Parts: sequence; structure tokens; C-alpha cells
Amino acid sequence: MDEISKMSEYKPSRLERAIRSGQFVVTSELGPPKCADAEYVRRKTDCLVGRVEAINVTDNQGANVRMCNWATALLILERGGEPVLQFTTRDRNRLAIQADLIGASALGIKNAFVVSGDHITLGLHRTARQVSDVDPMHVLQMVKRMANPGVLDSGEELRNSPKQPIQPVRFFIGAAENPFSDPQEFRIMRLAKKIAAGADFIQTQCVFDIERFREFMAEVRNKGLHEKVAILGGIVLARTVGALTFMKTRVPGISIPEEIMQRMERAKEQKRSEEEGIAIAAELIQQCRKIEGVRGVHLITLEREELAEPTLQKAGLLPRPDF
Amino acid sequence: MIVADRKKVPEIRDMIKDHSRVLLVGCGTCVTVCLAGGERETGILGSALRMALRLIGRGNVVVDECTIERQCENAFIDLLAPRVKPYDAICSLGCGAGVQALADRFPNTTVYPGVNTQFIGILEAPGVWTEKCAACGNCRLGEFVGICPITRCAKRLLNGPCAGSRDGKCEIVAERDCAWQLIYDRACALGVLEQFARIAEPHDWSTASDGGPRKVIREDQCIAGLGPKA
Repeated sequence: MDEISKMSEYKPSRLERAIRSGQFVVTSELGPPKCADAEYVRRKTDCLVGRVEAINVTDNQGANVRMCNWATALLILERGGEPVLQFTTRDRNRLAIQADLIGASALGIKNAFVVSGDHITLGLHRTARQVSDVDPMHVLQMVKRMANPGVLDSGEELRNSPKQPIQPVRFFIGAAENPFSDPQEFRIMRLAKKIAAGADFIQTQCVFDIERFREFMAEVRNKGLHEKVAILGGIVLARTVGALTFMKTRVPGISIPEEIMQRMERAKEQKRSEEEGIAIAAELIQQCRKIEGVRGVHLITLEREELAEPTLQKAGLLPRPDF
Repeated sequence: MIVADRKKVPEIRDMIKDHSRVLLVGCGTCVTVCLAGGERETGILGSALRMALRLIGRGNVVVDECTIERQCENAFIDLLAPRVKPYDAICSLGCGAGVQALADRFPNTTVYPGVNTQFIGILEAPGVWTEKCAACGNCRLGEFVGICPITRCAKRLLNGPCAGSRDGKCEIVAERDCAWQLIYDRACALGVLEQFARIAEPHDWSTASDGGPRKVIREDQCIAGLGPKA
């Protein structure tokens, strides 16, 4: 079998098919547990399967040790979910990244997502080494070359012997972008670089400031980038004013308008914070949907996966089409 | 220059407390300039150690001081040699190269480090030194308008800032500059921002410490017939 026919046999991931369909897509995420609690992963997966197209599996989120991404992804897969394997460049050098990608591919995982990750000093292993062998741009390039022509970064072909055909490793690959970080002009440039490096989709930093996101998307359209990559707006389901305050003051690159802060303040007084949080997230989703070039949303429930359903229901995105 | 800072007195005290005669050796080069291990600091450390040793009942340990011009060069270490014999330990206030050069030259004398060697950097303001070079052995400053992202970006990103860049500062330490904001500003000022549209290649770490212990060999400088000293 030649390589081309091998490639044509490949069934794209559900996320890839959903995005290619042109319909508005929904992804969410699941933070792996701190211990070998497979039931935890299954329980959370059950909250998301059928409500979203794919589930991002974070990678030692917050620079803290968690169940590894591919094992979590496998548990999701076994439960009928579709994982998006997140990779940071913090904990792995280029050998480890490629080895994990090959392994994940062998397990049937078809989506990946690359970020630089929270810096090692922000977690609890402050004396560990920050690997940073390559940056996310390079991982995108590596992933593309593993698919076509099917080589590793070293130039080695993906096969066990010269007699075998090359076995490309194919991923639908995403990257992050933050429309709200500095320096602004560089953001668009960097997005263009990520597309050039091979990004198929982008999940943005959380959008609260819809005005600034609109401006960002206008710039994206100006450069025609929305036609080259599927941009999914990041939506965070913040259930308390405390969570919002934390994000506003402590998480870099998040812009939260005063109006949203005030709504959550009022909701706190009326003891309906969760309801208001869901309402705000649903409104933001609907507003994202109206922005030309936004192809979907990435809903971050902050560990409350069971709230994905009411949020998406309220946003008018359920039931999901069959992709 | 190489920037170092002095180890805390109790740490040094505990290293040397079981010896009978200890020679503190300052260095007249980088560590003098960065005020960590020059003649002045060596003198101050000597007094502090004598007091600290007395306080733990080890006042019998003799601590003397001297400073040589450069601990990383044999010609200067030779001048120190006649003084070393009466001592059973040396505490070097030179950088890591100095400490090892002394250990190499005096195989029968225990050598301790008196400073923590930090980085290659510059004096930014009185009392503030900043790292500028990671000595990776493969300089790409030409690609990055003279600002090194390998040294100065916490994530060693070569293709632009991470999402943590805010108001020109790094997400790791609020008062530290974001290297990519600096690169961006300088590229704009030079009118060369467009050059950053190109994807910068992954770094070749084989010339850094990842490639194993390093050596620079200049055949033209080697003594004829002897070849490079292995």
C-alpha cells in the first residue's frame, strides 16, 4: 500500500469532520486527576459526551503533576468521548513529544493541541527543570512532518524497516492564542505563524471582553486568517465573583469588563451566582457565534463538567448534530 | 561578566567548621566587579566567619584571607601556591571556574565554594545585576534584534510572547521585563518587525551544556607538536 492510499484510508477525527462541515462546533476540557482515579475521568467524560464534539485533556495543568494526558485520553476514548491531547513544551523535549504523539496515535487519539504551558515555577515542583527544548511553533511543524512526509524531527522515517511503507502519524492539531495579551500587534503575527507552522484550529484564551474579541477577529479577517484556520472562542464558566476576581487580577492576559463583574456581584447578593455564571457564559457563546470567522467555542467549566449541558442548552447549542 | 552572590555565612561556616586552618581566596576579576568575592568581600567574610565559628564553639579554626587577580588562570594561581601549604581547606570566592581551578591545582587541599555563581550578565542599576547570556554556544542575537529570548524569556520561546505577557512584564515575576515585549519594541523602532513573521528554527542545543562538557580548541593557539592539551 503506498502512502497516499494509506492516508486516504484515514478517517478524520470527529472534531475535524465537525469543523469541515462548517457548522458551529463546541469543545470542552477535562483536567486529569491528581491520582490514578479512572472513575473520576469516566464520570467527567459522561457529562461531556454527546454535548461537545471533543474534550481537551490538559497536560499537568498549572505545572502540577496529574494523570498523564494520553492515559486520560484513552479513558475518554473508551467511554465514547473524543479527546484532544494537550501538550506543553514545559515537561518534554522533542524526543518525548514525538514518542508520545506516536503512542497516542497508536491508541486511536486523533486530535492534539500544543501550548507552552504554565511555567514550572507556578506549580508545586518549583525546583524542577523547565524543559522548553522547542516552542509550540516547532511542535506544530513536527506534527505536520510526522503526517507528511512521515518523518521525525531527526529526519528518520516513521517505519520500522526500509522494507515497510512509511506509517505517517496524523493529528488534527490545534494551538492557543490570546487575543487580549500584549503586544497586540504581535498577536496577529503570531497567529499567522502558527497557521504557517500547521495549526488546523485555534482555541483562544477566555473571552469575557466581547468587544475586544470582535476587534481581534476584525483584524484576523483583515489578514484573511479566519479562512486558513478554525478559531474557537474560549468561554469560561465562572460561577462566583471570586473566580472572576482571581482571573482578572491573577491570570495574565484576561480582560473582564466591569459590567460582568457587577452582574456577578449582584448575583452573589441574590445567591444565584451559578445561574448567573451559566447565563453569562451562554450569552458570550451566542455573541461569539455572531462574529464572522468564529467557528465554534471551547467551553471551560472549571472542573464542573456537569454544567456544560445547561450552559450549552441555554446557548441553544443542544442537541449537537451528528458529525 | 560572570555574576555571583555570596553564600550565607552559616552555610560556609558549616562547610569549614571541621577544618583547622582555612584560607579564603578572593578573585580580582568578575566577582570583584559584582561585589561578591573581591578583596573587600573576602575580608568581610573572614571576619564574619571567625565570629560565627566562635559562636558555635569553633573559635580554634584559623581563617585567613587573600585575593588573587584571577582564579581561572594558572599563571595567577601559581602566585597563590606558596601560601596554601599551611591550610587544610580553601574557600574560594571565585566563580565555579575559579573553585575548580583551585581544586585542580591543589589536589591535597579541600576546596569549598564561597559564592553561588549565577549567570553572565550586567550591572543594571546599583545593586542589581541582570542575566543577559545563557552561553548556549550558538549565538542568535542577530535574529532577535540583539535581545536573547533563550536567556530572557522564561519559556525560551523563539517565536513571540506567550499569553502571560502583560504591560511589558513577564508572568513569572511581575517586575521582570517580557523579553518579547522588548524584542517587539526594538524591532518596531528599527523598522524590522516584519522579519519576525518568519518562523525561527528550533534551537540547536548541542553546543550548549546538553552536548556534554564543552571545550573550545584553537589549533592556531596550541603549542606546535603538543596538540590540544587533552
